Amino acid sequence: MSLRVYAWESYYELLKTLRQPAFVIPSLAFPVVFYALFAIVLPGNWGGYQKATYLLATYGVFGVIGPALFGFGVGLAMEQQQGLLRLKRVSPMPISAYFFAKIVMSLVFASIIYGLLSLVGIVFGDVAIGAFEWLRLGGVLLIGVLPFCALGLWIGSMVGGQAAVAIVNLVYLPMAVLSGLWMPLFVFPQFIQDLAVVWPAWHLAQMALGVVGQVKGVPMVMHALVLLMMAALFLVLAAINLRR
Amino acid sequence: MTNRVFAALRAVSKRYGAISALDGMNLEIREGELLSLLGVNGAGKTTALSLITGQLQADAGSVELFGGDPTEPQQRAHLGVMLQEAELPEKLKVRELIHQQSQYFASALGINETLELSGLADLAARRYEQLSGGQKRRVQFALALAGNPRLLLIDEPTTGLDVGARRQFWQVVRELKARGVSIVLTTHYLEEADALADRIVVMGQGRVLADGSPTAIKSRAQGRRVSARTALSLETVQSFAHVSQASASEGRIALRSPRVEDVLRQWLAADPTLAELTVEALSLEDAFLTLTQESVQ
Repeated sequence: MSLRVYAWESYYELLKTLRQPAFVIPSLAFPVVFYALFAIVLPGNWGGYQKATYLLATYGVFGVIGPALFGFGVGLAMEQQQGLLRLKRVSPMPISAYFFAKIVMSLVFASIIYGLLSLVGIVFGDVAIGAFEWLRLGGVLLIGVLPFCALGLWIGSMVGGQAAVAIVNLVYLPMAVLSGLWMPLFVFPQFIQDLAVVWPAWHLAQMALGVVGQVKGVPMVMHALVLLMMAALFLVLAAINLRR
Repeated sequence: MTNRVFAALRAVSKRYGAISALDGMNLEIREGELLSLLGVNGAGKTTALSLITGQLQADAGSVELFGGDPTEPQQRAHLGVMLQEAELPEKLKVRELIHQQSQYFASALGINETLELSGLADLAARRYEQLSGGQKRRVQFALALAGNPRLLLIDEPTTGLDVGARRQFWQVVRELKARGVSIVLTTHYLEEADALADRIVVMGQGRVLADGSPTAIKSRAQGRRVSARTALSLETVQSFAHVSQASASEGRIALRSPRVEDVLRQWLAADPTLAELTVEALSLEDAFLTLTQESVQ
Protein backbone atom coordinates (compact mmCIF):
# COMPACT_ATOMS: atom_id res chain seq x y z
CA MET A 1 0.00 0.00 0.00
CA SER A 2 1.32 3.37 -0.92
CA LEU A 3 2.42 6.03 1.51
CA ARG A 4 -0.41 8.18 0.17
CA VAL A 5 -2.90 6.35 2.35
CA TYR A 6 -0.82 7.09 5.46
CA ALA A 7 -0.50 10.74 4.47
CA TRP A 8 -4.21 11.29 3.79
CA GLU A 9 -5.25 9.34 6.85
CA SER A 10 -3.02 11.63 8.95
CA TYR A 11 -4.36 14.73 7.21
CA TYR A 12 -7.98 13.84 7.97
CA GLU A 13 -7.15 12.82 11.53
CA LEU A 14 -5.63 16.27 12.05
CA LEU A 15 -8.47 18.02 10.29
CA LYS A 16 -11.17 16.38 12.37
CA THR A 17 -9.21 17.03 15.57
CA LEU A 18 -8.56 20.68 14.74
CA ARG A 19 -12.29 21.17 14.17
CA GLN A 20 -13.01 20.22 17.77
CA PRO A 21 -12.55 23.33 19.91
CA ALA A 22 -13.37 21.30 23.01
CA PHE A 23 -10.18 19.36 22.35
CA VAL A 24 -7.95 22.01 20.85
CA ILE A 25 -8.48 24.83 23.34
CA PRO A 26 -7.82 22.94 26.59
CA SER A 27 -4.92 21.01 25.03
CA LEU A 28 -3.17 24.22 24.09
CA ALA A 29 -4.39 26.60 26.77
CA PHE A 30 -3.85 24.56 29.96
CA PRO A 31 -0.08 24.09 29.74
CA VAL A 32 0.52 27.55 28.28
CA VAL A 33 -1.61 29.44 30.83
CA PHE A 34 -0.20 27.53 33.80
CA TYR A 35 3.33 28.00 32.52
CA ALA A 36 2.80 31.72 31.95
CA LEU A 37 1.38 32.06 35.45
CA PHE A 38 4.04 30.15 37.38
CA ALA A 39 7.13 30.94 35.32
CA ILE A 40 6.51 34.36 33.77
CA VAL A 41 4.16 36.22 36.09
CA LEU A 42 6.09 34.85 39.08
CA PRO A 43 9.69 34.69 37.79
CA GLY A 44 12.76 33.89 39.78
CA ASN A 45 14.71 30.95 41.16
CA TRP A 46 14.24 28.06 43.54
CA GLY A 47 17.71 27.60 44.92
CA GLY A 48 19.78 26.38 41.98
CA TYR A 49 16.80 26.02 39.71
CA GLN A 50 15.81 28.70 37.25
CA LYS A 51 12.02 28.66 37.26
CA ALA A 52 11.30 29.62 33.65
CA THR A 53 13.65 26.95 32.26
CA TYR A 54 12.74 24.28 34.81
CA LEU A 55 9.02 24.73 34.16
CA LEU A 56 9.50 24.90 30.38
CA ALA A 57 10.73 21.31 30.64
CA THR A 58 8.00 20.08 33.00
CA TYR A 59 5.09 21.95 31.38
CA GLY A 60 6.48 20.75 28.06
CA VAL A 61 6.01 17.19 29.31
CA PHE A 62 2.59 18.03 30.71
CA GLY A 63 1.56 19.63 27.42
CA VAL A 64 2.71 16.92 25.04
CA ILE A 65 1.30 13.92 26.88
CA GLY A 66 -2.25 15.38 26.97
CA PRO A 67 -3.05 15.04 23.25
CA ALA A 68 -1.44 11.59 23.22
CA LEU A 69 -3.66 10.37 26.06
CA PHE A 70 -6.85 12.17 25.02
CA GLY A 71 -6.49 12.12 21.25
CA PHE A 72 -5.22 8.59 21.08
CA GLY A 73 -6.95 6.99 24.04
CA VAL A 74 -10.33 8.68 23.99
CA GLY A 75 -10.32 8.85 20.18
CA LEU A 76 -9.76 5.12 19.86
CA ALA A 77 -12.38 4.28 22.50
CA MET A 78 -14.98 6.52 20.85
CA GLU A 79 -14.30 5.24 17.36
CA GLN A 80 -14.36 1.66 18.46
CA GLN A 81 -17.72 2.26 20.13
CA GLN A 82 -19.12 4.06 17.07
CA GLY A 83 -18.08 1.25 14.74
CA LEU A 84 -15.68 3.46 12.79
CA LEU A 85 -12.78 1.16 13.61
CA ARG A 86 -14.73 -1.78 12.19
CA LEU A 87 -15.37 0.20 9.03
CA LYS A 88 -11.63 0.71 8.68
CA ARG A 89 -11.00 -2.95 9.30
CA VAL A 90 -13.31 -4.12 6.52
CA SER A 91 -11.62 -1.79 4.03
CA PRO A 92 -8.34 -2.69 2.31
CA MET A 93 -6.60 0.05 4.31
CA PRO A 94 -3.77 -1.38 6.44
CA ILE A 95 -4.90 -0.85 10.01
CA SER A 96 -1.44 0.50 10.84
CA ALA A 97 -2.40 3.65 8.87
CA TYR A 98 -5.14 4.31 11.43
CA PHE A 99 -2.69 4.22 14.32
CA PHE A 100 -0.02 6.06 12.35
CA ALA A 101 -2.46 8.94 11.79
CA LYS A 102 -3.18 9.16 15.51
CA ILE A 103 0.55 9.26 16.30
CA VAL A 104 1.04 12.03 13.74
CA MET A 105 -1.81 13.98 15.31
CA SER A 106 -0.23 13.61 18.77
CA LEU A 107 3.15 14.74 17.43
CA VAL A 108 1.71 17.77 15.65
CA PHE A 109 -0.08 18.88 18.80
CA ALA A 110 3.06 18.27 20.83
CA SER A 111 5.03 20.48 18.42
CA ILE A 112 2.46 23.28 18.59
CA ILE A 113 2.40 23.16 22.38
CA TYR A 114 6.18 23.17 22.63
CA GLY A 115 6.27 26.08 20.19
CA LEU A 116 3.79 28.10 22.25
CA LEU A 117 5.54 27.36 25.55
CA SER A 118 8.88 28.36 24.01
CA LEU A 119 7.39 31.55 22.65
CA VAL A 120 6.04 32.49 26.06
CA GLY A 121 9.18 31.44 27.92
CA ILE A 122 11.80 32.88 25.61
CA VAL A 123 10.07 36.04 24.37
CA PHE A 124 8.19 37.07 27.50
CA GLY A 125 10.18 35.23 30.13
CA ASP A 126 13.78 34.75 31.10
CA VAL A 127 14.40 31.28 29.72
CA ALA A 128 18.08 31.17 28.83
CA ILE A 129 18.92 28.11 26.80
CA GLY A 130 20.88 27.80 23.58
CA ALA A 131 19.39 26.76 20.26
CA PHE A 132 20.98 23.32 20.58
CA GLU A 133 19.45 22.72 24.01
CA TRP A 134 16.11 23.98 22.76
CA LEU A 135 16.21 21.47 19.90
CA ARG A 136 17.30 18.66 22.23
CA LEU A 137 14.40 19.42 24.58
CA GLY A 138 12.04 19.38 21.59
CA GLY A 139 13.47 16.03 20.52
CA VAL A 140 13.04 14.52 24.00
CA LEU A 141 9.45 15.79 24.20
CA LEU A 142 8.47 14.49 20.77
CA ILE A 143 10.02 11.06 21.25
CA GLY A 144 8.55 11.10 24.74
CA VAL A 145 5.05 11.39 23.26
CA LEU A 146 5.24 7.82 22.00
CA PRO A 147 5.03 5.91 25.33
CA PHE A 148 1.95 8.01 26.15
CA CYS A 149 0.41 7.12 22.81
CA ALA A 150 0.90 3.51 23.92
CA LEU A 151 -0.70 4.25 27.29
CA GLY A 152 -3.61 5.97 25.52
CA LEU A 153 -3.94 3.00 23.19
CA TRP A 154 -4.19 0.65 26.15
CA ILE A 155 -6.83 2.77 27.90
CA GLY A 156 -8.75 3.23 24.66
CA SER A 157 -8.70 -0.48 23.92
CA MET A 158 -10.00 -1.29 27.39
CA VAL A 159 -13.21 0.73 27.74
CA GLY A 160 -15.87 2.66 25.84
CA GLY A 161 -15.77 6.35 24.99
CA GLN A 162 -17.18 8.01 28.10
CA ALA A 163 -15.32 5.71 30.47
CA ALA A 164 -12.11 6.46 28.58
CA VAL A 165 -12.59 10.20 29.21
CA ALA A 166 -12.95 9.50 32.92
CA ILE A 167 -9.98 7.15 33.11
CA VAL A 168 -7.71 9.45 31.13
CA ASN A 169 -8.59 12.34 33.42
CA LEU A 170 -8.01 10.11 36.42
CA VAL A 171 -4.60 9.13 35.10
CA TYR A 172 -3.46 12.36 33.46
CA LEU A 173 -3.94 15.02 36.12
CA PRO A 174 -2.82 13.09 39.23
CA MET A 175 0.14 11.66 37.33
CA ALA A 176 1.10 15.16 36.17
CA VAL A 177 1.00 16.52 39.72
CA LEU A 178 2.71 13.53 41.32
CA SER A 179 5.46 13.56 38.68
CA GLY A 180 6.29 17.16 39.51
CA LEU A 181 5.05 18.62 36.22
CA TRP A 182 3.01 21.43 37.80
CA MET A 183 5.16 22.09 40.87
CA PRO A 184 8.68 20.75 41.40
CA LEU A 185 8.63 17.52 43.38
CA PHE A 186 10.71 18.97 46.24
CA VAL A 187 7.67 20.88 47.51
CA PHE A 188 5.93 17.53 48.17
CA PRO A 189 6.37 15.17 51.14
CA GLN A 190 9.16 12.63 50.85
CA PHE A 191 6.93 9.63 50.15
CA ILE A 192 5.44 11.33 47.10
CA GLN A 193 8.93 12.05 45.83
CA ASP A 194 9.83 8.39 46.38
CA LEU A 195 6.68 7.22 44.64
CA ALA A 196 7.47 9.23 41.49
CA VAL A 197 9.53 6.42 39.96
CA VAL A 198 6.33 4.56 39.04
CA TRP A 199 5.02 7.35 36.79
CA PRO A 200 6.16 7.37 33.18
CA ALA A 201 5.71 11.17 33.16
CA TRP A 202 8.34 11.51 35.91
CA HIS A 203 10.89 9.58 33.84
CA LEU A 204 10.23 11.79 30.83
CA ALA A 205 10.40 14.93 32.98
CA GLN A 206 13.78 13.86 34.37
CA MET A 207 15.09 13.51 30.84
CA ALA A 208 13.65 16.89 29.84
CA LEU A 209 15.20 18.56 32.91
CA GLY A 210 18.46 16.82 32.17
CA VAL A 211 18.82 18.12 28.63
CA VAL A 212 18.24 21.74 29.69
CA GLY A 213 20.76 21.36 32.52
CA GLN A 214 18.31 22.00 35.37
CA VAL A 215 18.99 18.60 36.93
CA LYS A 216 22.58 17.44 36.79
CA GLY A 217 23.74 13.91 36.15
CA VAL A 218 20.42 12.52 34.97
CA PRO A 219 20.82 8.84 33.99
CA MET A 220 19.28 9.37 30.55
CA VAL A 221 19.71 5.81 29.31
CA MET A 222 18.04 4.38 32.41
CA HIS A 223 14.99 6.67 32.06
CA ALA A 224 14.78 5.96 28.34
CA LEU A 225 14.86 2.22 29.01
CA VAL A 226 12.15 2.49 31.65
CA LEU A 227 9.93 4.41 29.21
CA LEU A 228 10.65 1.90 26.49
CA MET A 229 9.68 -0.99 28.74
CA MET A 230 6.52 0.76 29.90
CA ALA A 231 5.58 1.46 26.27
CA ALA A 232 6.16 -2.19 25.37
CA LEU A 233 3.99 -3.29 28.29
CA PHE A 234 1.14 -0.93 27.29
CA LEU A 235 1.34 -2.14 23.69
CA VAL A 236 1.13 -5.78 24.74
CA LEU A 237 -1.85 -5.07 26.99
CA ALA A 238 -3.55 -3.08 24.22
CA ALA A 239 -2.91 -5.83 21.68
CA ILE A 240 -4.55 -8.36 24.00
CA ASN A 241 -7.65 -6.14 24.28
CA LEU A 242 -7.85 -5.38 20.58
CA ARG A 243 -7.54 -9.01 19.59
CA ARG A 244 -10.72 -9.94 21.43
CA MET B 1 -21.10 -20.41 -18.42
CA THR B 2 -21.07 -20.53 -14.65
CA ASN B 3 -20.45 -17.27 -12.90
CA ARG B 4 -17.37 -16.91 -10.76
CA VAL B 5 -17.67 -17.34 -7.01
CA PHE B 6 -16.79 -14.02 -5.33
CA ALA B 7 -17.16 -15.21 -1.76
CA ALA B 8 -17.86 -18.50 -0.05
CA LEU B 9 -18.45 -19.98 3.36
CA ARG B 10 -17.84 -23.71 3.41
CA ALA B 11 -19.01 -25.76 6.40
CA VAL B 12 -18.26 -22.80 8.63
CA SER B 13 -18.84 -22.85 12.37
CA LYS B 14 -18.35 -19.96 14.73
CA ARG B 15 -19.02 -19.82 18.46
CA TYR B 16 -19.02 -16.96 20.94
CA GLY B 17 -18.32 -18.75 24.19
CA ALA B 18 -21.26 -21.10 24.76
CA ILE B 19 -23.36 -19.58 21.98
CA SER B 20 -23.14 -21.07 18.52
CA ALA B 21 -23.56 -18.30 15.94
CA LEU B 22 -22.89 -20.37 12.84
CA ASP B 23 -23.21 -24.12 12.66
CA GLY B 24 -22.00 -25.74 9.45
CA MET B 25 -22.96 -22.78 7.28
CA ASN B 26 -22.55 -23.10 3.50
CA LEU B 27 -22.98 -20.14 1.18
CA GLU B 28 -21.63 -19.14 -2.21
CA ILE B 29 -21.94 -15.60 -3.53
CA ARG B 30 -21.56 -15.40 -7.31
CA GLU B 31 -20.71 -12.72 -9.78
CA GLY B 32 -23.61 -10.50 -10.78
CA GLU B 33 -26.22 -11.71 -8.34
CA LEU B 34 -28.29 -9.78 -5.85
CA LEU B 35 -28.61 -12.04 -2.88
CA SER B 36 -30.65 -11.34 0.17
CA LEU B 37 -29.68 -12.93 3.44
CA LEU B 38 -32.85 -13.15 5.44
CA GLY B 39 -33.27 -14.11 9.07
CA VAL B 40 -34.50 -12.98 12.45
CA ASN B 41 -32.07 -11.26 14.83
CA GLY B 42 -29.56 -13.79 16.06
CA ALA B 43 -29.88 -16.01 13.00
CA GLY B 44 -26.19 -15.50 12.22
CA LYS B 45 -26.42 -13.02 9.33
CA THR B 46 -24.03 -10.47 10.79
CA THR B 47 -21.60 -13.19 11.84
CA ALA B 48 -21.61 -14.53 8.27
CA LEU B 49 -20.81 -11.04 6.95
CA SER B 50 -18.12 -10.51 9.58
CA LEU B 51 -16.39 -13.66 8.38
CA ILE B 52 -16.56 -12.66 4.72
CA THR B 53 -15.18 -9.20 5.52
CA GLY B 54 -12.28 -10.65 7.51
CA GLN B 55 -13.27 -9.24 10.90
CA LEU B 56 -13.69 -12.69 12.39
CA GLN B 57 -12.02 -16.01 11.87
CA ALA B 58 -13.99 -19.22 11.59
CA ASP B 59 -13.63 -21.89 14.26
CA ALA B 60 -14.09 -24.57 11.61
CA GLY B 61 -14.59 -24.67 7.85
CA SER B 62 -13.18 -22.25 5.28
CA VAL B 63 -13.99 -18.68 4.30
CA GLU B 64 -13.01 -17.29 0.92
CA LEU B 65 -13.18 -13.82 -0.63
CA PHE B 66 -12.13 -13.38 -4.26
CA GLY B 67 -10.31 -16.68 -4.01
CA GLY B 68 -8.26 -15.77 -0.93
CA ASP B 69 -8.29 -15.15 2.81
CA PRO B 70 -10.44 -12.12 3.69
CA THR B 71 -8.33 -11.33 6.74
CA GLU B 72 -5.60 -10.21 4.28
CA PRO B 73 -6.30 -6.51 3.54
CA GLN B 74 -5.47 -6.80 -0.18
CA GLN B 75 -8.22 -9.43 -0.61
CA ARG B 76 -10.71 -6.68 0.23
CA ALA B 77 -9.62 -4.42 -2.64
CA HIS B 78 -12.89 -4.98 -4.53
CA LEU B 79 -15.17 -5.22 -1.54
CA GLY B 80 -17.57 -2.52 -0.39
CA VAL B 81 -19.22 -2.80 3.02
CA MET B 82 -21.99 -0.89 4.73
CA LEU B 83 -22.16 -1.84 8.39
CA GLN B 84 -25.28 -1.87 10.49
CA GLU B 85 -23.91 0.67 12.92
CA ALA B 86 -20.95 2.84 12.06
CA GLU B 87 -20.89 6.52 12.91
CA LEU B 88 -18.44 8.60 10.92
CA PRO B 89 -16.30 11.50 12.16
CA GLU B 90 -18.78 14.29 12.82
CA LYS B 91 -16.53 17.18 11.93
CA LEU B 92 -15.60 16.01 8.46
CA LYS B 93 -17.58 17.05 5.40
CA VAL B 94 -19.31 14.58 3.13
CA ARG B 95 -16.83 15.17 0.31
CA GLU B 96 -13.89 14.75 2.70
CA LEU B 97 -15.23 11.48 4.06
CA ILE B 98 -15.65 10.07 0.56
CA HIS B 99 -12.24 11.33 -0.49
CA GLN B 100 -10.62 9.71 2.54
CA GLN B 101 -12.32 6.39 1.86
CA SER B 102 -11.37 6.52 -1.84
CA GLN B 103 -7.68 6.54 -0.91
CA TYR B 104 -7.95 2.93 0.28
CA PHE B 105 -8.83 1.63 -3.17
CA ALA B 106 -6.65 1.48 -6.29
CA SER B 107 -9.73 1.38 -8.54
CA ALA B 108 -11.89 3.91 -6.68
CA LEU B 109 -14.70 5.82 -8.35
CA GLY B 110 -14.27 9.54 -8.80
CA ILE B 111 -15.50 11.57 -5.82
CA ASN B 112 -18.20 13.26 -7.89
CA GLU B 113 -19.40 9.97 -9.32
CA THR B 114 -19.79 8.52 -5.83
CA LEU B 115 -21.61 11.68 -4.72
CA GLU B 116 -24.00 11.48 -7.68
CA LEU B 117 -24.63 7.78 -7.33
CA SER B 118 -25.51 8.04 -3.67
CA GLY B 119 -27.60 11.18 -4.14
CA LEU B 120 -25.29 13.34 -2.03
CA ALA B 121 -24.15 15.92 -4.59
CA ASP B 122 -26.09 18.69 -2.86
CA LEU B 123 -24.77 17.75 0.56
CA ALA B 124 -21.08 17.42 -0.36
CA ALA B 125 -20.02 20.51 1.61
CA ARG B 126 -22.00 19.65 4.74
CA ARG B 127 -20.38 18.31 7.84
CA TYR B 128 -21.53 14.84 8.87
CA GLU B 129 -22.91 16.22 12.15
CA GLN B 130 -25.27 18.49 10.22
CA LEU B 131 -27.02 15.63 8.42
CA SER B 132 -30.30 13.91 9.24
CA GLY B 133 -30.36 10.22 10.15
CA GLY B 134 -31.35 9.19 6.63
CA GLN B 135 -28.67 11.39 5.08
CA LYS B 136 -26.05 9.86 7.38
CA ARG B 137 -27.05 6.40 6.21
CA ARG B 138 -26.60 7.63 2.66
CA VAL B 139 -23.06 8.78 3.43
CA GLN B 140 -22.28 5.38 4.94
CA PHE B 141 -23.64 3.84 1.76
CA ALA B 142 -21.51 6.20 -0.32
CA LEU B 143 -18.40 5.00 1.52
CA ALA B 144 -19.30 1.43 0.60
CA LEU B 145 -19.50 2.48 -3.07
CA ALA B 146 -16.42 4.70 -3.10
CA GLY B 147 -14.00 1.89 -3.93
CA ASN B 148 -15.96 0.82 -7.01
CA PRO B 149 -16.57 -2.62 -5.49
CA ARG B 150 -17.32 -5.77 -7.43
CA LEU B 151 -18.99 -7.17 -4.33
CA LEU B 152 -21.07 -4.97 -2.07
CA LEU B 153 -22.19 -6.19 1.37
CA ILE B 154 -24.91 -4.26 3.10
CA ASP B 155 -25.95 -5.12 6.63
CA GLU B 156 -29.55 -4.11 7.43
CA PRO B 157 -29.51 -1.14 5.05
CA THR B 158 -32.92 0.31 5.70
CA THR B 159 -33.27 -0.15 9.45
CA GLY B 160 -34.43 3.20 10.76
CA LEU B 161 -35.30 4.62 7.34
CA ASP B 162 -38.76 5.85 6.46
CA VAL B 163 -40.64 4.34 3.53
CA GLY B 164 -39.61 7.03 1.06
CA ALA B 165 -35.93 6.77 1.91
CA ARG B 166 -36.19 2.99 1.72
CA ARG B 167 -37.61 3.08 -1.85
CA GLN B 168 -34.90 5.53 -2.84
CA PHE B 169 -32.28 3.20 -1.46
CA TRP B 170 -33.73 0.27 -3.38
CA GLN B 171 -33.54 2.31 -6.57
CA VAL B 172 -29.80 2.83 -6.15
CA VAL B 173 -29.26 -0.83 -5.37
CA ARG B 174 -31.03 -1.79 -8.61
CA GLU B 175 -28.86 0.68 -10.50
CA LEU B 176 -25.71 -0.87 -9.05
CA LYS B 177 -26.89 -4.31 -9.99
CA ALA B 178 -27.44 -3.07 -13.54
CA ARG B 179 -23.78 -1.99 -13.53
CA GLY B 180 -22.82 -5.57 -12.75
CA VAL B 181 -22.04 -5.24 -9.03
CA SER B 182 -22.74 -8.34 -6.94
CA ILE B 183 -24.75 -7.35 -3.90
CA VAL B 184 -25.53 -9.10 -0.66
CA LEU B 185 -27.93 -7.47 1.71
CA THR B 186 -29.03 -8.79 5.04
CA THR B 187 -32.46 -7.90 6.19
CA HIS B 188 -35.25 -9.12 8.38
CA TYR B 189 -37.85 -7.66 6.03
CA LEU B 190 -39.07 -10.29 3.58
CA GLU B 191 -40.63 -7.43 1.65
CA GLU B 192 -37.21 -5.92 1.08
CA ALA B 193 -35.69 -9.22 0.01
CA ASP B 194 -38.63 -9.82 -2.30
CA ALA B 195 -38.43 -6.39 -3.89
CA LEU B 196 -34.74 -6.56 -4.71
CA ALA B 197 -33.18 -9.97 -4.71
CA ASP B 198 -32.91 -12.58 -7.39
CA ARG B 199 -31.92 -15.09 -4.77
CA ILE B 200 -32.99 -15.35 -1.14
CA VAL B 201 -31.13 -17.30 1.50
CA VAL B 202 -33.06 -17.78 4.70
CA MET B 203 -30.92 -18.29 7.79
CA GLY B 204 -31.87 -19.58 11.20
CA GLN B 205 -29.87 -21.07 14.08
CA GLY B 206 -26.65 -20.40 12.18
CA ARG B 207 -27.52 -22.47 9.14
CA VAL B 208 -29.11 -22.03 5.73
CA LEU B 209 -32.77 -23.03 6.01
CA ALA B 210 -33.84 -22.24 2.48
CA ASP B 211 -32.10 -21.01 -0.63
CA GLY B 212 -33.94 -20.08 -3.81
CA SER B 213 -35.69 -17.46 -5.89
CA PRO B 214 -38.11 -15.10 -4.10
CA THR B 215 -41.01 -16.92 -5.75
CA ALA B 216 -39.86 -20.29 -4.55
CA ILE B 217 -39.27 -19.02 -1.02
CA LYS B 218 -42.64 -17.32 -0.82
CA SER B 219 -44.51 -20.36 -2.09
CA ARG B 220 -42.93 -22.38 0.69
CA ALA B 221 -44.12 -19.85 3.20
CA GLN B 222 -47.67 -19.38 2.02
CA GLY B 223 -50.54 -19.95 4.37
CA ARG B 224 -53.24 -18.45 6.51
CA ARG B 225 -53.80 -17.73 10.15
CA VAL B 226 -56.98 -19.23 11.64
CA SER B 227 -58.42 -18.60 15.04
CA ALA B 228 -61.66 -19.64 16.75
CA ARG B 229 -63.38 -20.27 20.11
CA THR B 230 -63.43 -24.03 20.55
CA ALA B 231 -64.19 -26.78 23.04
CA LEU B 232 -61.24 -28.85 21.86
CA SER B 233 -57.93 -29.03 23.65
CA LEU B 234 -54.83 -27.52 22.13
CA GLU B 235 -53.35 -31.02 21.77
CA THR B 236 -56.31 -32.18 19.68
CA VAL B 237 -56.12 -29.20 17.37
CA GLN B 238 -52.39 -29.61 17.02
CA SER B 239 -52.90 -33.22 15.95
CA PHE B 240 -54.85 -32.15 12.84
CA ALA B 241 -53.00 -32.49 9.56
CA HIS B 242 -51.31 -29.36 8.11
CA VAL B 243 -51.27 -27.38 11.36
CA SER B 244 -48.25 -25.40 12.36
CA GLN B 245 -47.77 -23.16 15.36
CA ALA B 246 -50.99 -23.60 17.28
CA SER B 247 -51.43 -21.64 20.48
CA ALA B 248 -54.24 -21.18 22.99
CA SER B 249 -55.25 -18.05 24.87
CA GLU B 250 -58.47 -16.85 26.54
CA GLY B 251 -60.55 -19.78 25.26
CA ARG B 252 -59.42 -19.28 21.68
CA ILE B 253 -57.01 -21.35 19.68
CA ALA B 254 -54.97 -19.74 16.90
CA LEU B 255 -52.93 -21.62 14.34
CA ARG B 256 -51.17 -21.23 11.05
CA SER B 257 -51.56 -23.55 8.13
CA PRO B 258 -50.47 -23.73 4.51
CA ARG B 259 -53.72 -25.66 3.73
CA VAL B 260 -56.35 -23.91 5.74
CA GLU B 261 -59.37 -25.54 4.09
CA ASP B 262 -58.21 -29.00 5.10
CA VAL B 263 -57.70 -27.85 8.65
CA LEU B 264 -61.14 -26.24 8.83
CA ARG B 265 -62.87 -29.40 7.57
CA GLN B 266 -61.26 -31.41 10.37
CA TRP B 267 -61.87 -28.75 13.01
CA LEU B 268 -65.56 -28.14 12.21
CA ALA B 269 -66.20 -31.91 12.05
CA ALA B 270 -64.60 -32.43 15.45
CA ASP B 271 -66.17 -29.48 17.26
CA PRO B 272 -69.84 -28.59 16.49
CA THR B 273 -69.64 -25.73 19.03
CA LEU B 274 -66.83 -23.93 17.20
CA ALA B 275 -67.53 -20.16 17.12
CA GLU B 276 -66.08 -16.78 16.28
CA LEU B 277 -64.01 -18.15 13.45
CA THR B 278 -61.56 -15.81 11.72
CA VAL B 279 -59.29 -16.59 8.79
CA GLU B 280 -56.70 -14.07 7.71
CA ALA B 281 -53.80 -13.98 5.33
CA LEU B 282 -50.34 -14.24 6.83
CA SER B 283 -48.38 -11.08 6.68
CA LEU B 284 -45.04 -11.47 4.99
CA GLU B 285 -43.42 -11.37 8.39
CA ASP B 286 -45.67 -14.20 9.59
CA ALA B 287 -44.93 -16.19 6.46
CA PHE B 288 -41.25 -15.82 7.04
CA LEU B 289 -41.59 -16.89 10.67
CA THR B 290 -43.53 -19.95 9.58
CA LEU B 291 -40.79 -20.84 7.18
CA THR B 292 -38.02 -20.56 9.73
CA GLN B 293 -39.96 -22.52 12.31
CA GLU B 294 -40.97 -25.30 9.94
CA SER B 295 -37.39 -25.76 8.95
CA VAL B 296 -36.28 -26.12 12.53
CA GLN B 297 -38.65 -28.99 13.15
